[in-house]
This record gives sequence, C-alpha cells and structure tokens, in this order.
Amino acid sequence: MLKEPNRRALLKTGGAAIAAGMMPRLARAQSGKTIRAVMHAPLRATDPAINTAWTGRNHGLNIYDTLFAIDSDFQIRPQMVETYEVSPDELTHTFHLRSGLKFHDGASVTSGDVIPSLQRWGKRDTMGSRMMSFVAEFKAVDARTFQMVMKAPYGQVLQTLGKPSSIIPFILPARLASQPPEQPIAEFVGSGPFRFVAGEFRPGSRAVYERNADYVPRQEPPDGMAGGKVVKIDRYEWISMPDMQTAANALINREIDFLEVAPHDLLPTLAAAKGVTVADYNPQGFMSVCRMNWLTEPFNRPEIRQAVLYASSQVDWLDAQIGNPEYYQTTAAMFGAGTPLASEVGWNTKPDLARAKDHLKKGGYDGAPVVMLQGTDSPLLFGSSTVTAQKLRGLGMKVDVLTMDWGSILARRVKQDSAAQGGWSMYHYVTTTTELTNPLANTLVDTKGKSSGYPGWPEDAQIESLRDKFALESKPAGQKQIAEAIQARAYDVVTHIPGGQFRQPVSHNSALTGIVRAPAPLFWNVEKTA
Amino acid sequence: MPIIRVFANRMISVLPVLAVVALLAFLLLRLSAGDPASQLAGDNASAASIAAIRARLGLDQPLPVQFLQWCWRLLHGDLGTSIVSGQPVIELIEQRIGPTIAVSITTILLSVVVGVPIGVLAAWKRDGLIDRLATWTSVTGFAVPTFAVGYLWIYLLAMQLGLFPVQGYAPLSDGFGLFLWHLVLPTLTLSLVYIALIARVARTSMLEVLSQDFVRTARAKGLPERVVVFRHALLNAAVPIVSIVGIGIALLIGGVVVTESVFNLPGLGRLTVESVLARDYPVIQGVVIVFGSVYVAINLLVDISYSFFDPRIGYQ
Repeated sequence: MLKEPNRRALLKTGGAAIAAGMMPRLARAQSGKTIRAVMHAPLRATDPAINTAWTGRNHGLNIYDTLFAIDSDFQIRPQMVETYEVSPDELTHTFHLRSGLKFHDGASVTSGDVIPSLQRWGKRDTMGSRMMSFVAEFKAVDARTFQMVMKAPYGQVLQTLGKPSSIIPFILPARLASQPPEQPIAEFVGSGPFRFVAGEFRPGSRAVYERNADYVPRQEPPDGMAGGKVVKIDRYEWISMPDMQTAANALINREIDFLEVAPHDLLPTLAAAKGVTVADYNPQGFMSVCRMNWLTEPFNRPEIRQAVLYASSQVDWLDAQIGNPEYYQTTAAMFGAGTPLASEVGWNTKPDLARAKDHLKKGGYDGAPVVMLQGTDSPLLFGSSTVTAQKLRGLGMKVDVLTMDWGSILARRVKQDSAAQGGWSMYHYVTTTTELTNPLANTLVDTKGKSSGYPGWPEDAQIESLRDKFALESKPAGQKQIAEAIQARAYDVVTHIPGGQFRQPVSHNSALTGIVRAPAPLFWNVEKTA
Repeated sequence: MPIIRVFANRMISVLPVLAVVALLAFLLLRLSAGDPASQLAGDNASAASIAAIRARLGLDQPLPVQFLQWCWRLLHGDLGTSIVSGQPVIELIEQRIGPTIAVSITTILLSVVVGVPIGVLAAWKRDGLIDRLATWTSVTGFAVPTFAVGYLWIYLLAMQLGLFPVQGYAPLSDGFGLFLWHLVLPTLTLSLVYIALIARVARTSMLEVLSQDFVRTARAKGLPERVVVFRHALLNAAVPIVSIVGIGIALLIGGVVVTESVFNLPGLGRLTVESVLARDYPVIQGVVIVFGSVYVAINLLVDISYSFFDPRIGYQ
C-alpha cells in the first residue's frame, strides 16, 4: 500500500529542490574530487621553519618534500633520496636524489637547493642544530648528489633528517632557502605532492591545495609518512570552523568531508550518523603534560617537585580532560607508549599521598603560593589544571590559579621572574606524542637550564650528558638503554610530569578511503568515492 | 548650510574621535598580556627563537617609537602588515568585510521590513491582541541568546528539513541565489533581536505621534486611516526609528562574532577574535580603526537623514 507523504517529507523534498536550484556551483564543488577538511586550527603563518605549530607542519607536508621520512614502524625511509652511503669512518654521508624531482615552478630539485634548505632549517630546529654542530661541511658533488661531512661520527643523522614533526627539514628552492631563518618565506614553492593555491589563501579562514601533476611519487605504497605520495584527489580545502558543533553538523550534512578534532563528547553522535566514519589514524596520539618552573619558589626545590609527582594521578587528569577511558591510557613513558623508546621506569602513574606529604615536608614548604597558569581555550587545558590545583590544596599548598587564553600562557611562560613579579610556577598543556619520541627532539627533557632551555628551565648535567651520548649512539639497543636512563633521571629530578596519552579519532565522510595512518593528517592516497 | 559643508564640518569634527580610537587601540593591546612573537614561534620555541622574532617585528622597540611608526603609516593610508600571515592588513580586511556587510544588510532589511510594521500595528491597535503578541515577541527576541537561536535554526531548517546549509558563505561572484541561500539562517538568527528592538522603538514612537493634535485633525478631515497612520504618523515617528536602525547597522558590523562563529562566516568579527587570540597587533588596530570609521560614518548619515524625515531639523 502506498503511504501518504507526510508534511516533513514534502518539506524536505521541496527544500532539496529549491536548494538544488540555488546551489549549482556548490554541488559541483562537492561532487568533484575535492576534500573539504576542517582541521584543528586554521592556517595563518605559512613558513614551517618559523612557526613550530602543527598547522605550519601540516601545511609543509602538503607542499614540500623531505629527504627521508618515518614509516609506521618508526623506521626512517628514503623519500627524495634514492640511495645514500656512509663512509667506513662514518664521517661522510653521501646522498643521491631521485631523478625527476621538480619544484612547483618547474625547476629541477638539485643539491644546490637541498644544502641551503638544510642549513636554514638547522638554525631553527633543536635536533637540526645539534646535528649541524657535528657537520664540518656540505659538498655539492653534482646536481643530484651531495655530501654531508661530519667532524665526528653522529648517530642520529637519519632520525634527524627524517623527523616527523616540527620542525621538519623541508626542501625549498635555493632562492627561498637562502633567506635568513627569522625572515618568513612569502613564496609558496615546494616540490611536494600538492601545490598551494596562493590566490585563494585567506589566512585564518581557508587554504587551498591542488594536486601537483608533476610530482613523481615513490613506487612503494604509503607507510606512515614514508612511501609513495600518490594524490588521488584534485583539490583539498583546509577550512577553518571555530565552532565544533557547527563543524559536526556540517559533516553530518555532507558540507565537509573531514573533521580532524571533534571533541570527545561529540564522537558518539558522529559515529552514529549516517555516512560518517569515526576512526583513529594517529596511533601515538597526544600526551598531556604538567610542567613546573625550576627557577622560582616553590618548585625550585626538588623535593617539592617530587611531592607534586607523587600526588599526581594520570587517571584523574585524563578523566577531567577526555572523560571516556576508551580514548586514553595511563603511561609513564616520557617518549610515548608504543614507540621504540617506550619504558615504564620511574613512576607508576598513581598517587601516593603519604609519600607526597613526606616530600613536601622534606622540601621545607613554607607556604609560597603556586601560581598556576590555566588555559581556558579547551577542556584539555583547564580540566587537568583544575584537578592539580585541588590536589595541591589537599596537600596543604597555597595555589593561585590564573585563568587565561593559550596565547597569554605562551607569553607569560617565557618569563623567568618570580611569581610575584609576573612569573609563574606551573601550567598544563597537551602535545603530540610524535614530538616526544626522540630524546633530542623532546624539549621536556632538555635540561640545559636557564640560558638555553625551554620554559620550566630544568637544569641537570646528568641528563644532558646522557642526551649527548644518545646523539652519538647509532644502535637501537644502545639508544633504548640510554633513553631509559634519561627517563629514570627525569623522574628523579622531575623535569615534568607526563599526564597520560590519549587518542583523537578523526571523523570523516565514509566516502573517503585510503587515509594513511600517520602522526599527522595526510591527504595523499585518499580517495573520494562518491 | 549646504549639505557638502555639513559633511565636511562633521568629518573634521570626527577626526579627534578617530585619533582617540587609534590611541586606545594601540595602548590597550600593548598593555594587555600576550606576545605575538611567542605565538608565532609556537609551543616548542626556545627563548632565543622568540627573541629573534621579536626583534624582526620591531616589538623590542620602545612603545612611543612603535606608536609613532604606526601613526605615520596610518596617515599614509597604510594599516600595516599582519604579524602572523605577513599579508597587508587592508587585504585581510577586504577579504573579510564582505560576509559581515552582507549579513548586516540582510539582517537590517529583514528587521525593518518586519519590525516597523509590527511596531506600527501594535501602536495602532494598542492593548489589543497584535500589541500583546508584539510585546511577547519583543521580550522573546531580547531574552533568547543569539547562539541558541542559531543552533535552533540549524537543527530545524538545515539538519531536519535540509532547506539551507549548516554553515558557510558564498560570495556574490558565486551567484546571487547561492549568496542568499547561505545568508538565510544567519539573517534569521540575527534579525530576531533587531526586529524586537525596532518594533519596540517604532511602537513607542508611533504611540507618541498618534496622540498628537495633527493626527486627530487628519482623522477629523476624514482621511483614510491607512493614510493617517502610514503617511502622516509614521513619517513623523521616523526619526527615532532611523536612529535605532543606524545604531543597529553599526552594532551589527562590529558585533556579529558569535553568529559568524556559529555559521562559519569568515567575516570581520572572526578576524578580530582570531587576531586578538594571536596578538596580531596590526590587524586588531586596523580592524578597530575600520570599525570606528564605520560607526562614525553611519552616525553622520543618520544625522543627515533626519532632515529628510523632518524638515524642521536644520543644520547650522
């Protein structure tokens, strides 16, 4: 029997007809091989050597290429490089570039482009500058061959050139790479699988990339950030959407195809929506961190930092930040659970309040206030700091919580003054686990102190000595042993407190297939089937 | 006094206002917490990197020097360059002003078309059903937050009925139909409060005019009620309505950030918030100057329009 059409169905049909009449261009855009993606933040600063934010890295991965790249097993694989050799004395590294590599302006990629690119990046990146301190000279042997001659054998050459996160050693044309590293590049010419459509760039709103038809991908299948970067779409639009509820609705309504970071409480709704897939493509995920200031009261005393460590509970933090245990795991691994250097030495991630109080007493806590910088931008920032403030008050500490946006925290955390003079004592934040997997890149275990370290400014000669040793060690077993020693020492002196690891699944149009599992969102190999 | 001279005099008188706006915009930003260099350098930047970026941007120079440099460029029509994106501020404003103006105009048009008749009818049928309905609608319009109305429209008209897109903006160059189609939900959302405001002002103004002697005389002359209300009363009640419409346009251009966020309109409101969060000083200063200029210009136009509605108002 035929059913009578109900009013809602009629309205829907009528609406769709009206809509179809009014939106011919939009319909064309949606039906073509275009992916419209809402990422965690909009693109504003475009020079990935200036901006260490993930947006700069993601932009760079689209339009630039790298000499090496890391695969899903954390192995470094050649990317622009075809072959490479190391001399028997381990001092000369010779690299041969693949043939057919071209920049977006049509010029061939040569050794003359690679060398200044590495030199510029080496002045900005932590791992890069450490490696450069071992480099005696670069030699361009011919257009496709160059050598890196070291002063002494260095164990981290490939790990450094294939590092997966900020700042990645992208290869630029020589004329751009020769600019000073503090001067942002204003021309977007790379040799990567996508071209940047500069004319459609709206900083903070939209960035557009088109397939680079001249790109010659490697023959291997994609594997992590390595392998063949075969682009199967015509266009990828990186859209900004400040309201996540709107972004989720837009995905359900097929107005966008990809939502990188939906809040965890929206994921069940998205997973239940027709035509939407919720899946995790970043196996390492993210890590929550509690950072204390070694320069000021009260955390200039190791016993008081240890008291905070023993009062801390990763489960409490993660419950406040994420809520759903399906998406998080507790781990003491400072270099990330599930990574080659993962280790659980140093802390059991659970609170021991008696021990915490004992350390507080040993440290001679005298009531100095803890000035906590609490980010208000996201539950990931304010959830954990609220928990910590309560824990510390429970121990008998005085806590002044200063709520502010992340931009204000970034500005205030670089101040080395006492808390009373505008400094700080503690803050929580979140980072990608990928940033932490190597002790040389992991800024949380950088213990060079006040002069050249990172906010918090821990200073420990023993850790620095171990990091130097790690830099020279080329064997994985030896590296693992040293990393474990670094972690044990870092817990002893409490450089920081890992807050546990969590996953951030991506929500996307179910018509997208072939999304690569990698520590950054990648759009090569992705197909849009409908 | 000729209208051009009135215009010129008013323009001269607003210059000190704009100068104060410029000074406040500059000082408030510099004296508030935050540092664009640390934002630009990112989460993992070292102190040395941040210091190098500060030096490149000239942020390590004394405040008076920075202010004078900015003023000098401003006097030459240069709003500066974005610290974050490196693009000229004027270009960024040009890119973003379209959606804001579009949604402001459609909102004000809808608000006037709906709000004025409601207010007039409510005053004409004072204490009747229409008046009570108008009062109830006005209270609702003021009381319900804009974002809640926005989500309600999205749920009903976009998600359930599929009539309109959830979000986004299509410029006029994409076609007039598509342009309007994207503006329907933001306009419906924003106009609720402005319909309420205009209806309230129109009602009050009409009540005052309808009680005046000339209206009684018009009725005594036997003029049709339609002519009395719309030609005689409404024209005389127009000045407060025009004032509120002018203020409404100015408020809309500077204050639609929530609606721009809910409907993902890449407008000036969002540019302002993004720039504040990134401490992109030149962009914030540029946007504040633009907002200030628009506000002053609209007030000027509203002032001048008074004499059109009421010839008794002259300019000395």
